Amino acid sequence: MIPAAFEYVRAGSADEAIAAIAEHGEDAKFLAGGMSLLPLMKLRLATPTVLVDVARVRDLSYITDAGDHIAIGALTRHRDVETSTLLAQECGVVASVAAQVGDNQVRHRGTIGGSVAHGDAASDLPAALVALDATFVLRSGSGERTIGASDFFTGFLETALNADELLTEIRVPKAGASGFNFQKFNRRAQDWAIVGAVVATVDGAKRVGLVNMGNTPLRATAVEAALASGASIADAALSAADGCEPPTDLNASVEYREHLARVLVRRALEASA
Amino acid sequence: MAVQGSILGNPVKRKEDAGILNGTTEYFDDLKIDGMLHIAFVRSTVAHANLGAIDTTDAEAMPGVVGVYTADNLEMPDVNGFIMLPPTMNRPPLAKGKVRFVGDIVAAVVANTKAEAVDAAETVIVDYDPLPVLVDMEASIADGAIAIHEGQPNNIAFGAAGMGMGAPVEGLMDEADVVVKGRFVNQRVAGVPMEPNGIIAIPEADGAMTAWIPTQGPHGQRGELAGVIGIDAEKLRVRAAAVGGGFGSKNTFHVEFGITAKAAIVLNRPVKWTETRSENMVSMVQGRGQIQYVELGLKRDGTITALRENVLGEAGAYPSLGAFLPFFTHTMACAVYNVPKLEFNWNAVLTNTTSIAAYRGAGRPEATQAIERILDMAAVELGIDPVDIRRKNLMPKFEAPGAPAGSGLAMYDTGDYAAPLDKALEAADYPALRAEQAKRRANNDVKQLGIGVSVYVEITAPAGLHIEYGKVEINEDGSANAYVGTSAHGQGHDTAFSMIVQELLGIPMDKVTLVQSDTALVPRGSGTAGSRSLQTAGSAVFRASEGVLETAKQIAANLLEANVDDIVLGDGGLQVAGVPSKLIGWGELASKAKASGIEGTADGLMHELDFDGQQSSFPFGSHIAVVEVDTETGKVELLRHIAVDDCGKILNPMLVRGQQHGGIAQGIAQALFEWVQYDEDGNPITANLMDYAIPSAAELPSFETYNTETPTHLNPLGAKGIGESGTIGSTPAVQNAVVDALQPFGVKNLDMPASSQRVWAAIQEARG
Repeated sequence: MIPAAFEYVRAGSADEAIAAIAEHGEDAKFLAGGMSLLPLMKLRLATPTVLVDVARVRDLSYITDAGDHIAIGALTRHRDVETSTLLAQECGVVASVAAQVGDNQVRHRGTIGGSVAHGDAASDLPAALVALDATFVLRSGSGERTIGASDFFTGFLETALNADELLTEIRVPKAGASGFNFQKFNRRAQDWAIVGAVVATVDGAKRVGLVNMGNTPLRATAVEAALASGASIADAALSAADGCEPPTDLNASVEYREHLARVLVRRALEASA
Repeated sequence: MAVQGSILGNPVKRKEDAGILNGTTEYFDDLKIDGMLHIAFVRSTVAHANLGAIDTTDAEAMPGVVGVYTADNLEMPDVNGFIMLPPTMNRPPLAKGKVRFVGDIVAAVVANTKAEAVDAAETVIVDYDPLPVLVDMEASIADGAIAIHEGQPNNIAFGAAGMGMGAPVEGLMDEADVVVKGRFVNQRVAGVPMEPNGIIAIPEADGAMTAWIPTQGPHGQRGELAGVIGIDAEKLRVRAAAVGGGFGSKNTFHVEFGITAKAAIVLNRPVKWTETRSENMVSMVQGRGQIQYVELGLKRDGTITALRENVLGEAGAYPSLGAFLPFFTHTMACAVYNVPKLEFNWNAVLTNTTSIAAYRGAGRPEATQAIERILDMAAVELGIDPVDIRRKNLMPKFEAPGAPAGSGLAMYDTGDYAAPLDKALEAADYPALRAEQAKRRANNDVKQLGIGVSVYVEITAPAGLHIEYGKVEINEDGSANAYVGTSAHGQGHDTAFSMIVQELLGIPMDKVTLVQSDTALVPRGSGTAGSRSLQTAGSAVFRASEGVLETAKQIAANLLEANVDDIVLGDGGLQVAGVPSKLIGWGELASKAKASGIEGTADGLMHELDFDGQQSSFPFGSHIAVVEVDTETGKVELLRHIAVDDCGKILNPMLVRGQQHGGIAQGIAQALFEWVQYDEDGNPITANLMDYAIPSAAELPSFETYNTETPTHLNPLGAKGIGESGTIGSTPAVQNAVVDALQPFGVKNLDMPASSQRVWAAIQEARG
């Protein structure tokens, strides 16, 4: 429960952070809220030699109306996402999902960007962002690029982030104050989802995201297509697990996860209708 | 102010809490000793192997390291885990020749800082030659299974046969119209006290040592530790600072204490071990772990004719108290029911897992679960309501000690088992619950209701633990000290025992200091375990206070030139009855004690004794659980939990309520959430608090807690224990409720914990 020795650098701004990571190379890691990285380090499952602490980079903590979308600074705490009136109005699903991340302590420490950059398929927010087709802004010493959420998550705890890149912003569409629902199925309130189903309505169409149904956060495209072609909710939800390769663990077999996905997607669609 | 009326029976707030809540109360890990070193253990990563070379070269060269030890250079005797067990299964504190579970200790590193010790421990290289692994009791006792200890070829550590019991009963089921059979698993759980294990061992002059251990019983630890490190017990002082929970596990001697203390002697420096949570989940003794084969014989009308139980109790790799606990299951097998004939056999089985020892209830919850589960199965089979089948078989109210018919092992003190059942049914509004359930069943609702009932009786101050030391002494400033051989670790003894002194002597409880948990200050004691503390140590404080009062009256009578029979308690001291102006304060009585020449005052105004309750006491009660089962997902939600617990006469209802709440939560946790699991290679797969699912407040309803009060004659307080009742009554009630909800699907039994996946799978299977 004691991490291996590491060096610690505190960055005062995004530019400082990017410069520091460039200097220390591949064994350096950004530390945001520490809700994912620190436990791994304590168990010595992660042993970065340098931590670049970006938690105090306040210029990356914001939620603003950017005209055609809402921009969320990567270092915005879950609690601020959860309680944002702007998000509640313009993209309520994100606030609603953030409200179910971990527990109060976690939500006050953890950041939306940290959750996204960690790339855990069992996390709640990445699935919501995939469903919304959010855009991520990545910055390095050589400039800035944007990438769609579905392209960002590339594998088990793997993302399109290069080692020298910092996720700086998350852009979500103006999906409105209603028409969404999040069904998080877990043993205990603060646990990861065994399976989660998030539904949002974007431009009148239902979008469905799945938590913990594969190596990456997923979009239930078969369900969306079925709904678009006029299928009933009950029928559409039957294809919720199509193409998924969910994990097996203490809490659920593959079959059970597939079953849960179908039930939860149906319930989320019904609740968001 | 003189005390108006009795303080006993009032919900007095805990004296302990201010310091605990504001952080000034010190736990052992808070203690900083000059020159203190830190130890880290290299633990086996394989469950069963012949031990090859241990390369400590790199570790010895690491920064800050002052010593690296294996069995080759730190000699200690092998440790016997329980007095009745043969020495063939003794545990070498540092593994010799073999490792037998993941967590077995191979080497130890002592360094200047904890981080240096941990870093160096990571560099120790150990060669293992793997052996077949046994993690399942039934596999352990199968023909051809490898012997985990060479001297114990059948992997049976102990059993009924070793106590001359367990024989078949001829014609056991002859009177039965039906025999209902079940196989129940009472799964392994972990104590997980908020404060983990540890020790600070401080060598002193002339070969003496002080050891700070977060324990439930310092005197027991002293004997064990002295033996392992090879010093006289008189030279070893064991103390506990504030202790953050134990649940039974901290009553056990852990070999880490021995290794740490031995290293401290060798290095002649204080050495500290603070267990990490990851270590805690593999090293600290765990609980339960039974497979029960149960057969209940009944008449068609539901009358029990006989009970047969054959129990396998898991012992782990190095058997400890757990290898004896099925005896308690036997003792309480007939529970609150008239069971004319009982056949009970048990064996404690070795596996390549963490040792099993006491865990809140320790053998009795397993007994309650077995009988309460099989009764529910019988009720379904015979078409009788679960409450009615219980009523039909309940022992009638009794006020004199007696042994229940079947077992004969337990001598119950007092009991009125229908009283808490009646009260629980009324509080639950049982008929309304059944009506709601019927409605949901008729509607084929997705969310089905389940109602579970349990009635229980259990043993407190068990196994000879009914005797305890106590002393009360009065100081010259008028304050008092109460010494006890119990050792609180969260229960609120300071509050409870101070209330007793105030009651008998009129000394306000904030002027009473509890002295405990220190072998130098308390001459003997059996610690806090088996829900024994109030009825034994509390009674000792009661009797010692009476003794002090008697002596003080003689002193006062002499000083006041009055007849001793006219001396009564006054405001802050003793006075002549009806003459408050003739009062001598407690301080003066104490200061005049030695010179008084009155017998027993050589050491001042004090009285000490060993209170003997003569036998164990038997609290009882009834719990009702109401669950909602989502039949699509399998998720179980506990909607209500009603508990009526009878712990005899209640000294402080607030403390009782706290024990009920904690116990109920822990019992529900076993029914719905917690389960220590291993993979087939013996790797623990629930060794952190993410995978080992302790429920939080969010998963539990507000408990509906009540009491009935049936005093015992065994002690002056009329008190029985309450510490474990919650875990004994709640678990079977919740489990029965889950199975009850699934009855429309034809599910007859579901092992604990009732995880959503298990419930879903059971429904799937029942539906075919």
